[in-house]
Amino acid sequence: MTAPRSETLAKLTPVLTKRWLSPDAWRIGTYEKLDGYAALRKAVKAHPDDLIQLIKDSGLRGRGGAGFPTGLKWGFIPQGDGRPHYLVVNADEGEPGTCKDLPLMTHDPHSLVEGVIIASYAIRANRAYIYIRGEAVHAARRLRNAVREAYAKGYLGKNILGSRFDLDLVVHSGAGAYICGEETALLDSLEGFRGQPRLRPPFPATHGLYASPTVVNNVGTIASVPYIVLGGAEWWKTMGTEKSSGPMIYSLSGRIAHPGQYECSMGITLRELIELAGGMQPGHNLRFWTPGGSSTPLLTAEHLDVPLDFEGVAAAGSILGTTATQIFSDQDCPVYATYRWLEFYHHESCGKCTPCREGNYWMVRVYRRILAGQGTHEDLDTLLDTCDNILGRSFCGLGDGATSSVTSSLRYFKQDYLDYIEGRTAPRLSDKQLVGAH
Amino acid sequence: MTTTFTEETRARAREIIARYPADRSRSALLPLLHLVQSEEGYVSPAGVEFCAEVLGLNKAQVGAVATFYTMYKRRPTGDYLVSVCTNTMCNVLGGQGVYDTLAEHLGVGHDETTADGKITLEHAECLAACDYGPVMTVNYDFFDGVDPQTALGVVDELRAGGRPMPTRGARLCTLKEMAVQLAGFADEREGAVADGGPGEPTLRGLRLAEQHGISVPGFDPNTPIRSKAEADRAAAEAKAKAEAAKPAPVDTTPPAPRDARAAQAAGVAANPPAGDRKPAGDEAGAQQRNLSEAEAGAGATGAGSAVASETGVQK
Repeated sequence: MTAPRSETLAKLTPVLTKRWLSPDAWRIGTYEKLDGYAALRKAVKAHPDDLIQLIKDSGLRGRGGAGFPTGLKWGFIPQGDGRPHYLVVNADEGEPGTCKDLPLMTHDPHSLVEGVIIASYAIRANRAYIYIRGEAVHAARRLRNAVREAYAKGYLGKNILGSRFDLDLVVHSGAGAYICGEETALLDSLEGFRGQPRLRPPFPATHGLYASPTVVNNVGTIASVPYIVLGGAEWWKTMGTEKSSGPMIYSLSGRIAHPGQYECSMGITLRELIELAGGMQPGHNLRFWTPGGSSTPLLTAEHLDVPLDFEGVAAAGSILGTTATQIFSDQDCPVYATYRWLEFYHHESCGKCTPCREGNYWMVRVYRRILAGQGTHEDLDTLLDTCDNILGRSFCGLGDGATSSVTSSLRYFKQDYLDYIEGRTAPRLSDKQLVGAH
Repeated sequence: MTTTFTEETRARAREIIARYPADRSRSALLPLLHLVQSEEGYVSPAGVEFCAEVLGLNKAQVGAVATFYTMYKRRPTGDYLVSVCTNTMCNVLGGQGVYDTLAEHLGVGHDETTADGKITLEHAECLAACDYGPVMTVNYDFFDGVDPQTALGVVDELRAGGRPMPTRGARLCTLKEMAVQLAGFADEREGAVADGGPGEPTLRGLRLAEQHGISVPGFDPNTPIRSKAEADRAAAEAKAKAEAAKPAPVDTTPPAPRDARAAQAAGVAANPPAGDRKPAGDEAGAQQRNLSEAEAGAGATGAGSAVASETGVQK
């Protein structure tokens, strides 16, 4: 195994992850020694509008998958409207492949808390919530501890640092529903309902939590804010590309020598990431990969040099998503992988809209049939037809995302499907698994 | 109405409700469901009734929510919930084998509890630790990189009364104790918050940077925050400069006469889309479009006005 070349190493940009190396960074004392809460002190001396402008200037885009410009989102909050404003952090990390927010909240929870306070000050919110995935118990432990410490030090509560700005922050644990990562479903869940997406418009910016102006941002987005406040927009833009600025935490998993978190300048390629990760595992050759979680269309070895920023991945026919790079080799079956993802979407579909609820249910059954060696050529048409009826016709992005791996695997790996159907590949599922269950 | 719930639970319920705005107590429902689970190990009819009572809801409203979320169990659970990730990545790395082995060894299937009341087994969807796959959790704390043998070792130790230490996360507690934390209460066990340092995959990129002395240059924490007026002025100047530098505006759209484009823009402005149009998911463009209205009302600058000023320059 050869060491990464120096030009590849130069793409590493440890910013958000940097404190993870300090084992006690989750304690407020250590955090403060490492520039902690310096950004907040600076921010509360500035006018909130200037902070919104700063974030606009930085070009920061949402780290939760959609890549919406953060400053623009903040600017949408109507000011002087006499209504309460809310900041809600989407910490419901659950997209298959995605594992960047949990380590951040576990090992550097104060950076998120500090970002929350600055963002709330900018949008004039006096209440903020961190909606954290229920299963993320250790991250929640550290986060609750951080919030308690921040209150004790006067960073939360009344008249923060003498600024006459008040903020209350609640860490709210979910209860096991992937759909709550969709921002309007998250808001419904936070209001104590089933987590089902809302019709939009109106958008959360005007009618969000409790029908009040609300900003919903991902963990990585909010945790970026203190660094931009400290280092400035120009410094932030020294990383990444023109339209996708800043560092990004790429989460590499699968058939590589060293899976893990690699915070790099946006626009790095998979070839370079694999180089950083020590190459493929011995005996494995790259066959397919997801650029940003299971809701993003699969890419192949042909796409090793696609720049992994919002524009580059879109041009290659996929989506940057959450930069959850799951890497599969020639020993992995794209049909089986897609089947497992579909089981997930079927399980997690909230049931509100017919295309997603029914479409995923039936597609899972078609996949089981194919994998049990009982598929037909018509099944492939049925799959594409079903995807056609889900994509763009579902209530929210969950349904759209479910079709990604189906259509892309059929596009690149149709032969694998035919091999099951025409009996060249041994069945992967038994007849027993065709009956109900699961 | 009498339920089994203790005064301690009732006091906690009041504390939970106090976290949310006074007229928005329903927000407390998810933590309250975790709370009743902390006393009974599952959400029983009595638990549903308790939540309904303290929030002034009816049982159907609470039941509808309780049955929606996977973490609310509908049957009594064991002391330890063992969840094995069988989603795609962990699955191909061996997670399915781990699950199958445990199911056979324990003699239970998904969402079933061993006869001794110790272990509830479930196969889980992605647990957000793909860089450690295949993973399993016990009461949601991580055992990383498991294989059938290590997984068997963990469950056998649990059944023998031991508490194996998770690879990451805090020392184990019971599922009921965990539910108290899920209801939003601090983990008061000495040292539990400090448990669980980062594993190597978490630090892998950082270690590389450290070894090779790589950091992001130019970071000055004292960089001033520009006032908005200043920023606007700088942006206008930069734009004027860019315009001046351009020999002639390059129009990439084929023969689209300026007046036709202006007419089109006027037409779009005069005919806002109907209010019942289909939502476009997370599509950024749609959100931007739909919100430019609200923004214009607030007098802020944004996409809408930027587009307008650009058209002005071209004219």
